[in-house]
Amino acid sequence: MTHSEPRAGQSAARGLNDKSIRNLFIFPTIAFLIIFNIFPLLFSLYTSFTDFRASTNAPANWVGLENYSYLLTNEFIWRNFTITAKYVLISVTGQVVVGFGLAMLLNRYMPFKGLITTLLLLPMMLSMAVVGLFWKLLYDPNFGIINHSLGLGKFEWLANPDMALWAVAITDIWMWSPFVMLLSLAGLSAVPKHLYEAAEIDRAGTFYTFFRITLPLVAPILMIAIIFRTMEAFKTFDLAYILSSQPTTELIAIRLYKMAFLEWQTGLSSAFAYIVLVMVVGITMIYVKYLNKVKER
Amino acid sequence: MSTKLKGLLGGVVMSAMAVTAASAEDLVIFWAEWDPANFLQELVNEYEEETGVSVTVETTPWSDFQTKAFTEFNARGSAYDMIVGDSQWLGAASEGGHYVEMTDFFAKHNVGDVMAPATVKYYAEYPGNSGKFWSIPAEGDAVGWSYRTDWFEDPAEMKAFKAKYGYDLAPPATWAQLLDIAEFFHRPDEDRYGVAIYTDNSYDAMVMGVENAIFSYGAELGNFETYEVEGILNSPEAVQALEDYKKLYSYTPPGWAKTFFVENNQAITEGLAAMSMNYFAFFPALLNEATNPHAANTGFFANPAGPTGAQHAALGGQGISVVSYSDNQEESFAFLEWFIREDVQKRWAELGGYTAHAATLESEEFRQATPYNEAFYQTMFKVKDFWAVPEFAELLTAANQRLYPFIVGDEGTAQETLDALAADWAATFKKYGRTE
Repeated sequence: MTHSEPRAGQSAARGLNDKSIRNLFIFPTIAFLIIFNIFPLLFSLYTSFTDFRASTNAPANWVGLENYSYLLTNEFIWRNFTITAKYVLISVTGQVVVGFGLAMLLNRYMPFKGLITTLLLLPMMLSMAVVGLFWKLLYDPNFGIINHSLGLGKFEWLANPDMALWAVAITDIWMWSPFVMLLSLAGLSAVPKHLYEAAEIDRAGTFYTFFRITLPLVAPILMIAIIFRTMEAFKTFDLAYILSSQPTTELIAIRLYKMAFLEWQTGLSSAFAYIVLVMVVGITMIYVKYLNKVKER
Repeated sequence: MSTKLKGLLGGVVMSAMAVTAASAEDLVIFWAEWDPANFLQELVNEYEEETGVSVTVETTPWSDFQTKAFTEFNARGSAYDMIVGDSQWLGAASEGGHYVEMTDFFAKHNVGDVMAPATVKYYAEYPGNSGKFWSIPAEGDAVGWSYRTDWFEDPAEMKAFKAKYGYDLAPPATWAQLLDIAEFFHRPDEDRYGVAIYTDNSYDAMVMGVENAIFSYGAELGNFETYEVEGILNSPEAVQALEDYKKLYSYTPPGWAKTFFVENNQAITEGLAAMSMNYFAFFPALLNEATNPHAANTGFFANPAGPTGAQHAALGGQGISVVSYSDNQEESFAFLEWFIREDVQKRWAELGGYTAHAATLESEEFRQATPYNEAFYQTMFKVKDFWAVPEFAELLTAANQRLYPFIVGDEGTAQETLDALAADWAATFKKYGRTE
């Protein structure tokens, strides 16, 4: 007894060894990932090849590639893809132009620069649902401030099928340009000042300086912003869902939600989700490849 | 084991037993978040006073109602003992095994005769004419209309209307008159518009609106027994009905492209429109001066007749069903026995619930109770409903995808729209093996 007591004391003092600590951190994480990520991913891959409907007690029947072929040949699904592509293009382009432009303006001396930057960042800190409801009022043809300010009378932003997608994209641009601005600002402030001084000595013009110095050096970080914003824009749901009910604003995320949780076509919606996943991964890979090229220059 | 420890364990066991006994007497009813759910909570408080069994009405916003209910069903969850579900859910919930069959309960308590026939047909029976019942009609509802009595009774307006259309300005008795009146009051320059209709295509709003026209024009959505739609859904009567619904859209206030019950009540409360389509369940708010400054000048009428004289309306409302996964099914049926009692149904109506109880509905007391009860009474015997098959949501999606571009987006013709929709629905029924 007299010997065992000090040994127990030593063991307690030593505590857990490195391996135990590693396992203690890793195993719960792996278990969590398997239960909440890997298993649902594999299960949904399986259901994507079945006619499973979660709302019934009927067993799932294997249908092979039927769900995928149905989705890829369905005119409405293609319309959803086209709308989404158009939305991503308008929204991300707008955010890059506005965000980068704001970053250029803020990348110089101005009074209250910190306060202005903070204020410009406010939109992206708001909830999507709140922004959607708020902009719905701004767009209102009867009392909306947008029509009033622009002198557009009773112009219908959201009720007009041709304008609705633009209206949603404008809202998204308003909300997320600050994100691009923030990253661009970080990139711009990292550009060595001596390069501009050298360009000035060489009497390089503004455009030349921008395209030969600023843009190439900011491009990698701008590319990261574009990757994030493209992925986010691709899966936009709340903003479009709240703002408009037009078929011309039915993005793939909205269609997927309806298919999965209103129609309970679980198998079909799983296949749809996989198609979207492959597309997002594909687009991201193209961007990443381009990003690596830009970095190598 | 010490006496102290034994005492402690005994206390824990006793507490656990008490909790079990109490939970067996706590019933939970799930419904959407709206006034009738509050009225039901008031009613069930009286059940607790009588029996000692507490009943809680748990609610969720309408936009989330279907998703939350079916998520609970799919998980075979016992969170809810009863659910006041939409009539369209009958097929999905009964075939999916989520509702307890009530055919024996119907026979024992003669529910089929006690409740208004249309409510039994659409809220309770599935498949149609099968004699199998799954719900007790709880909240009867249908689409009706509200209107501005002061605009209609203004002598100058009456004179101008008669001069233009050749008949007296009054609540419309036909859809032709509805169109005339909507056109007459549509004056964008004066910020005054003809009519407010449903246009939201997120779920069933716009389809319910269009149904009002289709049914009253003598057309049908299809044959509910054979699932045939071709030649029925796209019949000349249905085409005319859809054209006229679109015409009504041209008399709506600006931005009227995603509207449902909230916006349609606002059309009256904000003095925007002369007439507004809405479910009767939302009319109490229009008589409340706190929420409607025009409450004293708001009147109500039933959905008008179509060109053939047929007069119908789209069914709203819900039936109350016992959830298959409930641990308190026996207590739930005991509650339903109490709920269908005539005195309870009368009390339900007094509190503001729209009873489906035939005797209560027909009573003079009920019909005179509010300015809209008479229109409600007339309507509840003429209602028709959407498909209640398990794939109803797919049918709704197709309808929204076809109807909305025509009504709001001005794309194609009514004939093309309904031809395409008939083809979509036929394909869906074929996919689920309902047709060859």
